[in-house]
Amino acid sequence: MKPITTHAQAAEEFLKDGERSHWHDDTLWHVRTKRDTAAQKLPEWEQLRTLASQIKDHVLSNLDTLLIQFEENAIKNGIEVLWAKDAQEHNNHIYRILQENQVKKLVKSKSILTEECGLNHFLEDKGYDVVDTDLGERIIQFNKQVPSHIVMPAIHLKKKEIGEIFHQHLGTEEGADDPKYLTEAARQHLRQKFVQAHAAITGVNFGIAETGGFVVCTNEGNADMGTHLADIHIACMGIEKLIPRAADLGVYLRLLARSATGQSITNYTSHFHRPRKDKKMYLILVDNGRTDQLGREDFRNSLKCIRCGACMNTCPIYRRSSGFSYHATVPGPIGSILSPGMDLKKHSTLPFASTLCGSCSDVCPVKINIHEQLYKWRQVITKEGPAQNSKKWAMRFGGKVMSKPRLFDFMGKMARKSLSISPRGMVYNGLNVWGKQRDLPDAPNDSFKDWYRKNRKNGK
Amino acid sequence: MKVGLFIPCYVDQFYPDVAISTLELLEKFDVDVEYPMNQTCCGQPMANSGYEIYGKGSADLFNKNFSKYEIIVSPSGSCALHAKEHILANGGPKIYELCEFLTDVLQIGAIDSSFPYKVGLHASCHGLRGLRLAKPSEIVGPDFNKPLSLLEKVKDIEVVALERKDECCGFGGTFAVFEEAVSVSMGNDRIEDHRSHGVEIITAADMSCLMHLEGLLSRQKSPIKVMHIAEILNGNFPKTNVNNDLK
Repeated sequence: MKPITTHAQAAEEFLKDGERSHWHDDTLWHVRTKRDTAAQKLPEWEQLRTLASQIKDHVLSNLDTLLIQFEENAIKNGIEVLWAKDAQEHNNHIYRILQENQVKKLVKSKSILTEECGLNHFLEDKGYDVVDTDLGERIIQFNKQVPSHIVMPAIHLKKKEIGEIFHQHLGTEEGADDPKYLTEAARQHLRQKFVQAHAAITGVNFGIAETGGFVVCTNEGNADMGTHLADIHIACMGIEKLIPRAADLGVYLRLLARSATGQSITNYTSHFHRPRKDKKMYLILVDNGRTDQLGREDFRNSLKCIRCGACMNTCPIYRRSSGFSYHATVPGPIGSILSPGMDLKKHSTLPFASTLCGSCSDVCPVKINIHEQLYKWRQVITKEGPAQNSKKWAMRFGGKVMSKPRLFDFMGKMARKSLSISPRGMVYNGLNVWGKQRDLPDAPNDSFKDWYRKNRKNGK
Repeated sequence: MKVGLFIPCYVDQFYPDVAISTLELLEKFDVDVEYPMNQTCCGQPMANSGYEIYGKGSADLFNKNFSKYEIIVSPSGSCALHAKEHILANGGPKIYELCEFLTDVLQIGAIDSSFPYKVGLHASCHGLRGLRLAKPSEIVGPDFNKPLSLLEKVKDIEVVALERKDECCGFGGTFAVFEEAVSVSMGNDRIEDHRSHGVEIITAADMSCLMHLEGLLSRQKSPIKVMHIAEILNGNFPKTNVNNDLK
């Protein structure tokens, strides 16, 4: 079996190219600052966040009844509703729909859920050509990559590299990297695919229990163009994407685009309620581990996530290690609290890829306590995850020393003494990871405790 | 009001001057402060590494040492936050980070010290977002900054505005070792922000961030020095000459 790459290893690799990693950091920081500007314009921002979080609390506490209400209303509207307990069932449903309707060609707008389910590979193995129509997703599809970010899937690529990819796949001029020129080429290319498609797959940003309708947000209008031209619309929705009422939608729409890119609203906010005349609309409700997460008291509110990506843009570790270093469908802070619930062993290093700085929690539009959940996953992983013996023994030893004041004083004195008399080469050996690029602090003769004993009432 | 002084383990061992400055500063404001001699650590290094269980011994010891006080003060936002959330969550003494104790409890007026240097204030994350020592840049609302408000009381000081005023330095406890590459990259980026704005002294309310930045600065033979905010407020000067070419 291929050894699992840790986040730290992948991050170190990414950081070897200093120019690229700084560019990546700056690019995403720029998005974070655009978010700040947009948020600061709404004096009620914090109230909106609180409200959004509370509505989702209600949804998660009543998910069973709300889902049934949603299904009933969707069926009344003429939507065919299917349930999928896992990725396999989700993919099988779609395959069956395509077969039954003799679909030959299909287009897909952005859906992280279908990434999570590995739908593209599944359908490609069955002989289908799945065309991603989101520009960023099309680029990485050409480049045989997965998204490195949930909102900006090709954010890891530079203009020049996209020009090269387009030159290879779309025959654009060699060396051309003018975004307008490249976008036009993509437009012409995708237009053909849209016109030919029999089915359009979309994700779902919000399902509304009260109406049985759902909302898809895009900036490129590709979901609309796909669904309007095709006979069949298949919408794939994680069961946590539910909100109770149409009246609740405004809360989320105001938060979503501002948090994601700093726009006041996505260019297209499309409401789907029923199939057009003589057309079909399917809605697949997917669990794939979500009810397990709902059952984990400490981690359930990770399901509030509306996939804005703000925690990625703000995360100093994500910005300096890129989405691929997480080896997970959803990278970054939110991914690091969702992924261990899916596969604890595979994702065991992710909750440690954080300084617990808390920026993710403060930026989150639905107030998920991301950094606290990272802390809690760490406690779970050291108990149930892969063994890390050297770390465990070090922590156990540290804990022992810290619980015994005299031992602590003695060990501290020994450490300071040996640091001050040891030759530099001995202190900065290969085992001293701290010292690879950093010096250790100077070791004073006296600790504060020593000083206090001598200078304050003989240590009152 | 008797105040118990909690000095983080690594400050006790490696930065006694920070602890002395904290004590002297509190004494200057007539606080009846004492330092329980049997203290060690709050247990955060173990707990943040996923071994809360091995931090239990130090948490118990912490309680034993400090339960008799009404108020605990510590010159570390990070340790104060950990004690607040994981040791004192169900009652017991109230713990304050030094700056918030000075601004919120003592509500001090003037500070009698001078510090004629260009200073960059590093916003340590646990103090900032955990204890809300200042308004984090992510949050929308009225601006406030407790450590900055204290520095502004110091004479002759110039506190420099930074590009990213509250980005993490990358220390993060054992993160600094287990994610060494990212940690160092984050630290270097913070340093560059300070350097490019002409900072001579980087200060913070947490010595752990400064230990990490100092380690990088020292290895790179940078003229920039670090000092804990308690040292500046207490009227200490840098121990070695700072590069005054910038002035």
